Amino acid sequence: MNAIAKQVWALPGGIHPPENKHQSTASAIAEPFIPTELVLPLSQHIGSPSKVVVAVGDAVLKGQLLAECQGNVSAAVHAPTSGVISAIENRAIPHASGMSAMAIVLKPDGKDQWRERQPWQNWRDMPRDDIFARIAAAGVIGLGGAGFPTATKLGFDPERINTLVLNGTECEPYITADDMIMRERADEIIAGAQIMADLLQVERVLIGIEDNKPEAIAAMQAAIPDSLAARFIIKTFATKYPSGGEKQLIWILTGQEVPSGRIPADLGIVCQNVGTAAALYRAVVQDEPLISRITTVTGDAVGQLGNREVLIGTPMNELLEAHNVDWQKADRLVMGGPMMGVALADAKVPVIKTTNCLLLPTRKELPLAGPEMPCIRCGHCEQACPAGLLPQQMLFYAKNKELERLEQQNLFDCIECGACAYVCPSDIPLVQYYRFGKGEIRREQAEHEKSERAKARFEARQARLEAEKAEKEAKRQARAEAARKAAEAKKKEGSAAPAAIAKATSKVAAQSGPIDIAALEKAVASAQAKVDQAIVKLNEAKETDPGNLPAYERALGKFEEKLAKAKTALTEGKAKADDPVERAKRQAAAKAAGVGPSVADLEKKVATQRQRLQKIAEKLKAAQDNGDDTSAIEKGMQATQARLNKAQAELDKAKAEQAPADDVGAKAIAAAKEAAAKRAAGIGPSADELRGKVAKQQERLAKIEQKLADAQAAGEDVSAIEKGRDATAKRLEKMQAELAQLEE
Amino acid sequence: MPLITLSSPHSAKPTKISTVMGTVLLCMIPGFIALTVFFSYGYLINLALAVVTALLLEAGSLALRKRPIKFFITDLSVVVTAALLAASLPPFAPWWITVVGTATAVLFGKHIFGGMGQNPFNPAMLAYALLLVSFPVQMTTNWPVVDVYVSIGDTLRAIFAGNVVDGWVGATPLDYYKLNLATQTADEILASSLFNGWLPAGWVWVSLAWLAGGLVLIWRRIITWHLPVSMIATLALLSLVFGIDSDSFTPASIHLLAGATMLGAFFIITDPVSCATSNRGKLVFGAGVGVLTYVIRTWGNYPDAIAFATLLMNFAAPFIDHYTKPRTYGHTKAHKGHK
Ligand code: SF4
Ligand code: SF4
Repeated sequence: MNAIAKQVWALPGGIHPPENKHQSTASAIAEPFIPTELVLPLSQHIGSPSKVVVAVGDAVLKGQLLAECQGNVSAAVHAPTSGVISAIENRAIPHASGMSAMAIVLKPDGKDQWRERQPWQNWRDMPRDDIFARIAAAGVIGLGGAGFPTATKLGFDPERINTLVLNGTECEPYITADDMIMRERADEIIAGAQIMADLLQVERVLIGIEDNKPEAIAAMQAAIPDSLAARFIIKTFATKYPSGGEKQLIWILTGQEVPSGRIPADLGIVCQNVGTAAALYRAVVQDEPLISRITTVTGDAVGQLGNREVLIGTPMNELLEAHNVDWQKADRLVMGGPMMGVALADAKVPVIKTTNCLLLPTRKELPLAGPEMPCIRCGHCEQACPAGLLPQQMLFYAKNKELERLEQQNLFDCIECGACAYVCPSDIPLVQYYRFGKGEIRREQAEHEKSERAKARFEARQARLEAEKAEKEAKRQARAEAARKAAEAKKKEGSAAPAAIAKATSKVAAQSGPIDIAALEKAVASAQAKVDQAIVKLNEAKETDPGNLPAYERALGKFEEKLAKAKTALTEGKAKADDPVERAKRQAAAKAAGVGPSVADLEKKVATQRQRLQKIAEKLKAAQDNGDDTSAIEKGMQATQARLNKAQAELDKAKAEQAPADDVGAKAIAAAKEAAAKRAAGIGPSADELRGKVAKQQERLAKIEQKLADAQAAGEDVSAIEKGRDATAKRLEKMQAELAQLEE
Repeated sequence: MPLITLSSPHSAKPTKISTVMGTVLLCMIPGFIALTVFFSYGYLINLALAVVTALLLEAGSLALRKRPIKFFITDLSVVVTAALLAASLPPFAPWWITVVGTATAVLFGKHIFGGMGQNPFNPAMLAYALLLVSFPVQMTTNWPVVDVYVSIGDTLRAIFAGNVVDGWVGATPLDYYKLNLATQTADEILASSLFNGWLPAGWVWVSLAWLAGGLVLIWRRIITWHLPVSMIATLALLSLVFGIDSDSFTPASIHLLAGATMLGAFFIITDPVSCATSNRGKLVFGAGVGVLTYVIRTWGNYPDAIAFATLLMNFAAPFIDHYTKPRTYGHTKAHKGHK
């Protein structure tokens, strides 16, 4: 039999609140019952919400997948019993703010019929990847309270991990779910831990249990087979809150501290709750996904105290009724323990995967904190803090909103255990101040980032404006250059024509905006030449005219500036030259500049030819009426007709060429125009068309909903998304109404 | 019943400020009994005077500062301040000394800084020091002698009418020893009626009574051992080292048991508001008080030194806190921040 290791590291600080555990350990874990409906939120875990794979009306079997993982950190949701999906909608979830979120609602059929299962008694022979896939698909998450997807935690590179810590501490008063599961299902826990240990390839499994659970310790000890005795070490230690905090437990068991801002894996440690290990065993070996959990129902307002295996999604009020809760006596409904639990406003919310305890104390049992008194700096909080923080100092800074100082006090290392607030003789809700402080600091950081982004945007705009200015300057120079050359040419050749042509070209080039890379390059070259010249001059001046050096230097500076500008203009110009839109523009401009006949010109041509043709036709008719010879007229008419045809063909071609350069928007406009025309003509879209549109719109709406949920989960501003959703929903409604009308 | 939703934690230790202060007061009872039995009714009269004055002034200050009177007055902190002052003043001191002292403690020691929890100095000791500086005669000459026990009527007359008979009062043992060192040997001093051969019995009993109360405070987890132990240990060490030559220096036994050492160590320097907060800080703070007490007692001009030593260390408390900041979990060293 395996020995119990006593070597542990003492937890600094900590408190000894009344344990109140015996009330709920007197009876065995009660059987689950099937409630009237099951509400399964899509986001019961840390990470992205799962994705629904069933539809309203679907009949599902127990254990059937209802929503699958989405993203790397996510957990699937399964049917806790057989029944029919009655809704997929927003439902109140157990959250301090009483918020609601997307949930699948299942109406049980009472048959409790399993889907087909494939137990793997020989799980050891299964390929690692298959085991992994099964875990990932089973929706197992940390059942201790945090709710981190287990598959993700087990997915670390085994090279990195050397120790698996199994947390059976359960240091919160009142809660006995882990205690009871260790007493009754130690075998499953050890088997689950074995699977974890195999996946992570660790040689050491440390099981931490507080010494107030002798039955659990004995059961766990008995469950460890001799073959594993060397690897699986149970460590017991004095009962103290909060020994069960992940970081605290790691310290107690290994004497190592998780560096601030890092995770246990950085120490080669993975920490799992004992209940999670049992759930993992069921998932892998018995092919039963996580559809139920052990929940403690306790507190003086509860008639029948104890632990129960509860189907995930069971409405709390039904569970509490089963335990004869006296609502007259209940003062609060706390999900979790009295130290870190969340007080809920309503019991009409489901039990979720992380609901380890429902505590219904009377006012007498857990009196409300009195009014807040001033801090007397007694230091009791500091003595109690397991994280080595100065709670009274943090309080001071939080109250004064000195956020920087607050952060320097390592506020973010506060685990919000509440030990400080528990001992404070002044009844100061310290943890609330810290939560506030953390929120404020996060908000400020977000704002800072936002302003940084704005600044970057502003700077980019400034740079663009600069560049535009430089470009204009370059054009101006190019123009001047051209004019100068033209003038020179005029002088040389004495002919006005080429000069005029040059002038016209340069004007067109400058005004119509096609980017004349050559001109820009020339500008750069000439600027460079000027700089070189200035340098030479400066060097000369050093010997000949030392008194005037500053003037030379200034001149050089000016030329250098010009050169820089010219260079920017060139790079910009080159970049633009590669831009398809610019290219199209250039083509258009080139056409406009007379390289090819413009559409407008061609149109005019066609029109003139038509007019001529008509005149000729009139003449011809008159001549025929008069009985004159019409052969000459006919010839002319033919020629005109040919010219018209040619012009027409040219026009068509030009138009076709122009089209690709056009905005895509034009097509949409055209389509819209067409549709409008159709509507005007009373044709209207067909029912089929509409149906397709409705489907598309629905898809869009679902996508937006998804985005919204993500944003909400991430705590982002969702007002814009909400607006978008509303608009989309309205459109969808309209379409549906139209469709209904049509179908009538 | 509608459910209440407050954020965690949902449970709190039943110890409140009033419990803390109440326990302190209870633990002072043995000390006051010993003072009354071995010295004078004057201590009880002073206690009553101080408490009444303190409550009235506290109520007045709270009213002026527009704070809820009952809420704050029932925290009993002002009663503790009054009791500490009453235990420190000479029992035959005229009544106005007590009243002025209490007023100083409540008004200047506490409310002027913003009331409860804001005072940088121990209010009782601030008042004591100001009294000592302002009224040195009344503060140093009104100590009872052990061999005369004055009736309650005479004590009242002494306090309220100033009828103090010379034979009733004398110097404290610490003072006496120091004053006579110049002319007498240690043996001669100890042979005097005050010391009665070894130690002044009444003073020792009083010290032991404070010690007993203090141990209860530690047991009830109202205070931790750090402050008293470090102060007493430091004082003991210094007085032992120097006291080897008992013809030139006061011996350790007198330092520890014949003065205000025990009262100071368990009840005065442990005032939470004005001392250092971390355990390490408390060790430093206590040691500092020990050193200063010894220095002032030995080379200074005042008969006892707890008050000055405490006030000086109160000054230093913020620095001590700064340099003894605990190391946060997951950090390699304590992060001190800037000042
Ligand atoms: S326990 Fe409360 S009163 Fe005491 S120092 Fe901490 S915050 Fe201040
Ligand atoms: S809540 Fe934070 S500050 Fe308070 S004891 Fe816990 S870790 Fe320390």
